[in-house]
Amino acid sequence: MNGLAAATTDALELLIAGDAKLFGIVGLSLEVSLSAVFLACVLGLPLGAAIAVGRFPGRRSVIVALNALMGLPPVVVGLLVYLMLSRAGPLGSMGLLFTPTAMIFAQTILVVPIVAALSRQVVEDAWQEFHEQLRSLGVTRMGASITLLWDLRFSLLTIVLAGFGRAAAEVGAVMIVGGNIDGVTRVMTTTIALETSKGDLPLALALGIVLVAVVLALNAGAYVIKEAAERRYG
Amino acid sequence: MMDAPSLLPLQLRDVVFVAGHRRIIDGITVEFAAGTRTLMVGPNGAGKSVLLRLCHGLLTPSSGRVAWNSTPATKAPGTPRRQAMVFQRPVMLRRSALANIVYALQAAGYPRAEHLDRAHAALQRVGLVSVARHSARVLSGGEQQRLALARAWAIEPEVLFLDEPTANLDPGATHEIEAVIEAMHQAGTKIIMVTHNLGQAHRMGDEILFIHRGRIAECSPAERFFKHPATSEAAEFINGELPW
Repeated sequence: MNGLAAATTDALELLIAGDAKLFGIVGLSLEVSLSAVFLACVLGLPLGAAIAVGRFPGRRSVIVALNALMGLPPVVVGLLVYLMLSRAGPLGSMGLLFTPTAMIFAQTILVVPIVAALSRQVVEDAWQEFHEQLRSLGVTRMGASITLLWDLRFSLLTIVLAGFGRAAAEVGAVMIVGGNIDGVTRVMTTTIALETSKGDLPLALALGIVLVAVVLALNAGAYVIKEAAERRYG
Repeated sequence: MMDAPSLLPLQLRDVVFVAGHRRIIDGITVEFAAGTRTLMVGPNGAGKSVLLRLCHGLLTPSSGRVAWNSTPATKAPGTPRRQAMVFQRPVMLRRSALANIVYALQAAGYPRAEHLDRAHAALQRVGLVSVARHSARVLSGGEQQRLALARAWAIEPEVLFLDEPTANLDPGATHEIEAVIEAMHQAGTKIIMVTHNLGQAHRMGDEILFIHRGRIAECSPAERFFKHPATSEAAEFINGELPW
């Protein structure tokens, strides 16, 4: 236990000193994961809403597939993106492998199913309540899905956070497509994995503390916003 | 919109609606003319609400025809929608009372420039101007139902369908709702309303449609229906003897 106490003290010193290397890693992590979540929402929210209000053959299979994709192993996604972006792959000429862009790409693939599957569920529940009224007003299914996404914006915030949690916490995909290159593609999770195996526990622990703190702060913020919105809008 | 040809009369011919193996509407032929207030009464499960939805276009008949005098029930592009429905439980979007009406005007196809004026006027008519900026979902049940009526009225429908609009309300709120419906009727809107409340049917109905087991058992002026019902089912229903 002495090791843990000593590592914690050193970790806090790194944080307080504002260690440049540490904050560089934190900055890149946030950049990659927030970009991925943003892209995943742009794709996943309309997709989820469209499936929720849509009627088309194979709808049930699509829902089951989408739900299953939520459990997609990050290393598998990393491997697939690696194969696509590697020299010999279909997108190899773009030269994206081992760049932050590749990491954003991989995390987006991981987060889209979460955002789409969970928003599908939330929008479909609301659709049960609203569909007669909206159809009576002459709103098309397309219009209804946009209306419901906006109407449910505060509930969807929780889903966005779930997506962010997934992106920020995964190691496998960013490790494979980013390559964990010092100063270029090294993010919090890959650094923690590397430094722990090297025995540099203070840096690993400091990053662990930041990672947990960021996730906690975002969730607290979202909770406060949701509470206030529910009081105001009912 | 007054220049457009009238939607009415609305004609139903041999309309049947089957759900599962049950014929919920079992061959209804009826015509709804302009002007009068038609009230549909009948025991639970008689098919009143389904009939209303068939008329409004929310359900499609399994067989038979629902035909408006002019344009089809669905909105033709570029023309404002001219029929509206108010449900038993008002459903409001998470936005202000005013914005809920603006939303309906937009969906109905009214030009953007008219939205605010029309919405304000509609709130005025139902006495909800003071809560225009309040979120619609935090209003009381009675206020929400009045807002639903304002939302329907804003698009100046030629026909208004109502499905037990006062079933969840106390007598005070019920009275207010009835007053708004009456005002809409005075303004020229055809009223077609389902109710469980015979007192209400008596107060508000010009014409009573008595629905029993998916068929129209009786269709007559309100006065005659309550004094001299033509069928034994109607007589039993009025006397509260029909089991439901």
